[in-house]
Amino acid sequence: MVEFALPKNSKITGGKTWPKPAAATETREFRVYRWNPDDGKNPSVDTYYVDTHDCGPMVLDGLIWIKNHIDPSLTFRRSCREGVCGSCAMNIDGQNTLACTRSMHDVKDGAVKINPLPHQPVVKDLVPDLTNFYAQYASIEPWLKTTSPTPQKEWKQSHEDREKLDGLYECILCACCSTSCPSYWWNSDRYLGPAALLQANRWVSDSRDEATGERLDNLEDPFRLYRCHTIMNCSKACPKGLNPAEAIAELKLKMVERQI
Amino acid sequence: MSAPDTPKRSMRTPLGRVRNLGAAHSGTSDFWRQRITAVAMTLLMLPVIVVVMMTLGSNQAGAKVVLGSLPIAVIMLLFILASTWHMKIGMQVVIEDYVHNEKLKLISVMLNNFFSIAVALAATYAIIKISSGV
Repeated sequence: MVEFALPKNSKITGGKTWPKPAAATETREFRVYRWNPDDGKNPSVDTYYVDTHDCGPMVLDGLIWIKNHIDPSLTFRRSCREGVCGSCAMNIDGQNTLACTRSMHDVKDGAVKINPLPHQPVVKDLVPDLTNFYAQYASIEPWLKTTSPTPQKEWKQSHEDREKLDGLYECILCACCSTSCPSYWWNSDRYLGPAALLQANRWVSDSRDEATGERLDNLEDPFRLYRCHTIMNCSKACPKGLNPAEAIAELKLKMVERQI
Repeated sequence: MSAPDTPKRSMRTPLGRVRNLGAAHSGTSDFWRQRITAVAMTLLMLPVIVVVMMTLGSNQAGAKVVLGSLPIAVIMLLFILASTWHMKIGMQVVIEDYVHNEKLKLISVMLNNFFSIAVALAATYAIIKISSGV
């Protein structure tokens, strides 16, 4: 059966409260999930105080400030710091989002609470293991598949057909949507999840692609596609404002369309 | 129905685990039937409520008068068909969502099928019996 409670070794215990920075006039409290695979202890939530006059406005700025000034052992992924790479996806104040595009001032009440993306194995602190997520993306074969002879120049596409990819191609694979989906929590071993399915629809909708039927064949499965119950957490979570639930609905519509 | 190898016990590659036994090439029929039965139930709901209210407080003879009408009997039979089919598909979705033990899942799906067919047949029998006055 589905496990609704955390396993014993994942239960969060106490945590360290680090002293406030001495010279700071204004601070913001950060409560950050910590887990170290090497010390054999359960996860904890550490409390830090960030000097808001000495750091940028985003949650990622706060985390970097903590790492530079308080605790160099704090581990998280980050790269572009402008919402393009998707590396700093984490759960901030109960919502999956990108730490680089979420302002710490948008977190209204009390401390900024930060956890890793839910329901994924944790590598360390805020770093989830997304191996399965990336394999699911690879499984939808995210590249142009054609059998016609390759044209001398590019594969042509009308403006209208190109517009059909809007709202799909912008996905940065941050995993905020998939890890916010309860269906993905329970069945991530077999359900492809919103991100992979949005990407699948991106290739199914591409007028240049000649493997549309084959792609739909690979998705037609009670688990791979039909675990989506239109819960809509994915669309709420997407930091890029995309709508994976709609993309999945389009896939289902195409499945019905080719049968009726 | 088979679950993929768990990462703990398997040295399969992540892509191998995701691909596992391949797509079942099914699911669309159930998805479509669930929508058809939902729409059918929405349309039939009001007539069924009216029929139930017409039979309220009446004995078997009174019920026979109401259900003896062909259109009314057909409405009731259609409602039974739509609702039990919808129930069967819906329950199967819940089982597939939450029951991860393969044996238990197989047994649950089987029992769900048996239960739904039994409910459908019993209700159909009752309608036919009352409407024909046997």
